[in-house]
Amino acid sequence: MADTAAVTAPVTDAPIAAARPESRDDRALHRRVFVGIAVALALAPLVLYPVFLMKVLCFGLFALAFNLLLGYGGLLSFGHAAYFGMASYVAANAAKHWGLTPELAILAGTLVAGLLGLAFGALAIRRQGIYFSMITLALAQMAFFFSLQAPFTGGEDGIQAVPRGHLFGVVSLADDRVLYAVVAAIFFLGMLAIYRIIHSPFGQVLKAIRDNEPRAVSLGYRVNRYKLAVFVLSASLAGLAGATKAIVFQLASLTDVHWTMSGEVVLMTLVGGMGTVFGPIIGALVIVTMETYLAPFGAWVTVIQGLVFVLCVLLFREGIVGVLARRLGRPL
Amino acid sequence: MTTIFGVPTQALFGQLLLGLINGSFYAILSLGLAIIFGLLNIINFAHGALYMMGAFVAWMLLTYLGLGYWWALGLAPLVVGLFGILLERLLIARLYKLDHLYGLLLTFGLALIIQGLFRNQYGVSGLPYAIPPELSGGQRLPFMFLPNYRAWVVVASLTVCLATWLVIEKTKLGAYLRAATENPTLVQAFGVNVPLFLTLTYGFGVALAGFAGVLAAPIYSVNPNMGADIIIVVFAVVVIGGMGSILGSVITGFALGLVEGLTKVFYPQGSATVIFVIMVLVLLVKPAGLFGRTA
Repeated sequence: MADTAAVTAPVTDAPIAAARPESRDDRALHRRVFVGIAVALALAPLVLYPVFLMKVLCFGLFALAFNLLLGYGGLLSFGHAAYFGMASYVAANAAKHWGLTPELAILAGTLVAGLLGLAFGALAIRRQGIYFSMITLALAQMAFFFSLQAPFTGGEDGIQAVPRGHLFGVVSLADDRVLYAVVAAIFFLGMLAIYRIIHSPFGQVLKAIRDNEPRAVSLGYRVNRYKLAVFVLSASLAGLAGATKAIVFQLASLTDVHWTMSGEVVLMTLVGGMGTVFGPIIGALVIVTMETYLAPFGAWVTVIQGLVFVLCVLLFREGIVGVLARRLGRPL
Repeated sequence: MTTIFGVPTQALFGQLLLGLINGSFYAILSLGLAIIFGLLNIINFAHGALYMMGAFVAWMLLTYLGLGYWWALGLAPLVVGLFGILLERLLIARLYKLDHLYGLLLTFGLALIIQGLFRNQYGVSGLPYAIPPELSGGQRLPFMFLPNYRAWVVVASLTVCLATWLVIEKTKLGAYLRAATENPTLVQAFGVNVPLFLTLTYGFGVALAGFAGVLAAPIYSVNPNMGADIIIVVFAVVVIGGMGSILGSVITGFALGLVEGLTKVFYPQGSATVIFVIMVLVLLVKPAGLFGRTA
């Protein structure tokens, strides 16, 4: 009864993307958006604090990675904090205790997140629909308890005072502006990679599986391999975001592995627009800004997040970029 | 002192009892989740928050109205159930035509709101709730000391679970419910008011959570976070048992509670994760869950 449910409807409200294939015009539009984002990245530090921007970029990449799985694979993971948080622990350890340079520390975090994604993904794709979400959540909770008890995570204290170090052993990252340039580059490359994945033949098969899994099976695709591959990619990119965040804030803590973090990335993607290319970035910007300004209200942040969840699900399922795309009549 | 596998019997049976208590809560909560999921096709993420709410309603009845435990045992599930009916009518009912994942997201948002509001009002330190005088004290058994209240929790939860199972399997109302789970359109064509059924089922499912909350109040302190931690474990219980069978989810709940208790005796560090580890093993061996119907 439960497992057949996944067949009924695609996850997203299937905006324009599913209605017609993307044309050359759309690709040109996307190129212009990419140029716009690059310009915005270059100019933003003139107006806003680099640290705030770096936080937005880390969460933006995290949400993009999550959306790769949800929006294009049709798989709602409720445990993405595991990959984000474990990668940040590994990167923090690598930079602080193993003496690796920041780029190697981030790489190490990303790799571990990918391996964790391989293990958890292989288990979770054995079930579909709602069970998939519950399994990812439970596995992430296991990772949380592990982080709480394992010696290398520093328990409740986390790993503090992680050195930012020297990029390639040469360029000091102590200056926020230099670090910002590095983070912006990581974000931009991550975004391009995800765009490339979505628009590759692999991405097309993914969308086919998302929209009609039995049909994809009958066409001869090994559905589970595709699901696992996109799961690992998504986990690795989430890890890239988490590892970068550990270097930026010089801290890896339990917050990043907790289930509330998994909820936050879902919220960012929902607000920005599930299954849109650029939505998660906007969602991350909105949610991080909201949290920054609401920080003085303490526990009310949770209530407001909950309200945004409820309102988005009931009234605003397309998300900001989804609505924009519908108005323009173009996939974004 | 007598020992079993090098562990004092007193400690062993103490932990087993504690496991049985936890199992009682897992059983009632996963039973409610399974009933709701069977009919509404929604995983109720707010289940933990409503369990917490049940405990708080009991505390409020005592503190503000002076109504004791036995009143709370009847009234708190009623209050939580009515609140659930309100939620279903106003919010959840709007999502039936959409993908089930939206139901998960909506109830997750509701859980955040409910937990956040209680946290703002009452803090996170937890409020004490006394064991009712009728059930204080305990029995001295040959192998252990058995507190009366804990025995009552196990008996009460078993009774409620079995009663629910009897209603669903043996009465006409239950037959409608099972039919509507299989094929709601056809049942509606026979003149059964299915939307009303959905509402009442959700109300009943969350009332069970409220009942569990009242049972839990004297054991754990009444705390806004008590539901958030347990709900994820209950999700794992549900994955292990599979939601196809009512009795299956009850048995799984109690059994996993016992396993957790045993782990506390022999390998305390693993007690927080043992249920998740079992979930992994079950997924590897029998992906549909122990009592699941289809793969």
